Amino acid sequence: MDELRELYQQIILEHYRNPRNVGELPDATHKAEGNNPLCGDCLEVALRIINDHIVDIRFRGKGCAISQASASVMTTLLKGKTVKEADELFERFHRLVTGIESPSAQPGTLAAFAGIREFPSRVKCATLAWHTLRAALQNVPEVTTTEE
Amino acid sequence: MDPVATPLSETIVTTWRADFPILQRTVYDKPLTYLDNAATTQKPRTVIEVLRHFYSTLNSNVHRGVYYLSEQATEHYEAARRTVQQYLGAPSPKEIVFVRGTTEAINLVAHCMVRTRLREGSEIVLSHMEHHSNIVPWQLAAEQTGARLRVIPITEQGELDLDHYEALLTERTALVAIVHVSNSLGTINPVRELIQKAHERDIPVLVDGAQAIAHLQVNVQELDCDFYAFSGHKVYGPTGIGALYAKRRWLETFPPYQGGGDMIRQVTFERTLYNEIPYKFEAGTPNIAGAVGLKAALEYVQALGLDTIATHERTLLEYATERLQSIPGLRIIGTARQKAAIISFVVDDVHPHDIGTFLDREGVAIRVGHHCTQPVMSFFGVPATSRASFALYNTLEEIDRFVAALQKAVAFFRM
Ligand SMILES: Cc1ncc(COP(=O)(O)O)c(C=O)c1O
Repeated sequence: MDELRELYQQIILEHYRNPRNVGELPDATHKAEGNNPLCGDCLEVALRIINDHIVDIRFRGKGCAISQASASVMTTLLKGKTVKEADELFERFHRLVTGIESPSAQPGTLAAFAGIREFPSRVKCATLAWHTLRAALQNVPEVTTTEE
Repeated sequence: MDPVATPLSETIVTTWRADFPILQRTVYDKPLTYLDNAATTQKPRTVIEVLRHFYSTLNSNVHRGVYYLSEQATEHYEAARRTVQQYLGAPSPKEIVFVRGTTEAINLVAHCMVRTRLREGSEIVLSHMEHHSNIVPWQLAAEQTGARLRVIPITEQGELDLDHYEALLTERTALVAIVHVSNSLGTINPVRELIQKAHERDIPVLVDGAQAIAHLQVNVQELDCDFYAFSGHKVYGPTGIGALYAKRRWLETFPPYQGGGDMIRQVTFERTLYNEIPYKFEAGTPNIAGAVGLKAALEYVQALGLDTIATHERTLLEYATERLQSIPGLRIIGTARQKAAIISFVVDDVHPHDIGTFLDREGVAIRVGHHCTQPVMSFFGVPATSRASFALYNTLEEIDRFVAALQKAVAFFRM
């Protein structure tokens, strides 16, 4: 049970139950759809980027608590950031959930996902939103999480 | 349901359980509750012992050596073929081809159909509840030949729409390929009727028996199917071995599947004479130990009795179905009148993946996901389900443990 509480931290459950920035983004400049073939989950991430700044970001789709919370947290962290900063956050998140970097080095909400390293089969759930984000930024319309 | 009233005494199941060494182990300090039998079954000690015995005392190649060991290995391998033949009620061991499993069996038939029967405009009829392994090989075959797939629809209960099926059978239909028991819905399809209807129009039928083989008495002559495919690992046997039953006339007219050793009679660079059936379809060194292990597994099941096992599994299915319904917001996906011991379900507010992780920490192994049946998932409008599937060694107590863990998970996420 302790490890489950580590995985499903309050922040994660809270974002799962009340996800932020959900829905369609009508004036999106960047958009991608991500699929996790393992569980059939799919997610759309849409951004409005002006002068290299993410002025708005939304997501929609169905998924488990981890993938929904991860998408929600991601959107809250990225609003107002530059594309370069978004890329850096992607890298940090990746290092965090794969256990390369310790949680203490992360902003609070990201650190909540550190428990996932104990659940290798769930890492893909956490990274789906982030991979989809990266695809959107690179103008790749569709992405599939085939690794981690 | 009162456990005391079960048709099978607890002691029998306890004895059966003792045959499976893995059931002694714990995960996360909890007893292992293995409810993912539709993915693969656990192995009884006799199967494990037979593998050890084969490699310790009999190992050598088959159909090649003139020495004692090779003759012995060949004898055991061919005895395994006869056991499969008897288990399926096939007329002859020549109609049993050893393969890696159901997937390879279906690919073998698809490959041969491409070379013999399928052409531009041909139609392959399959159902909406097929496993990907009974869809993708036919898509590949269709791509190569210009044939088309036609799909038998399913109902809200997860049964085949039989009226629609008949309408799909035409002079263009080259083959019907149909699952005997659905791995994601548990539905037992009326394959005998389906085959009759197809045969009235001279259409051959392939049956995917992957899930049926451990639960139902299968007799290919009574079914009159043209092909029957199954995997050893789903019937308490080793992985990497399975069998294809095919009516002799098909095997005799089919070209080889793969080329190599064992499948030939004579090779020159100009021309090769193929071996007789079934060896024509078994190129290269086969999974000899696997075949011997499969024989032990089938004999184990026969010794217990498929009817006895089925009675027990029905008790498990009914009990689990009833217990699950006590969970608010739980919906069972697949409510056919005829079902094998497989239950798929979804729960409001809780994603299958989260359920799977939660149950895992309680020692309960179930499958979550799309179960290689994405068309079924989209039909029911869910990305995934949770699935518990039972085997002869499961108990009512394990179902209680499973349901208790599920209740805990649901409470956790609904808080
Ligand atoms: C209905 C059905 N068909 C085919 C298969 C494929 O079997 P295998 O992976 O052993 O080849 C499975 C296994 O999951 C199945 O359940």
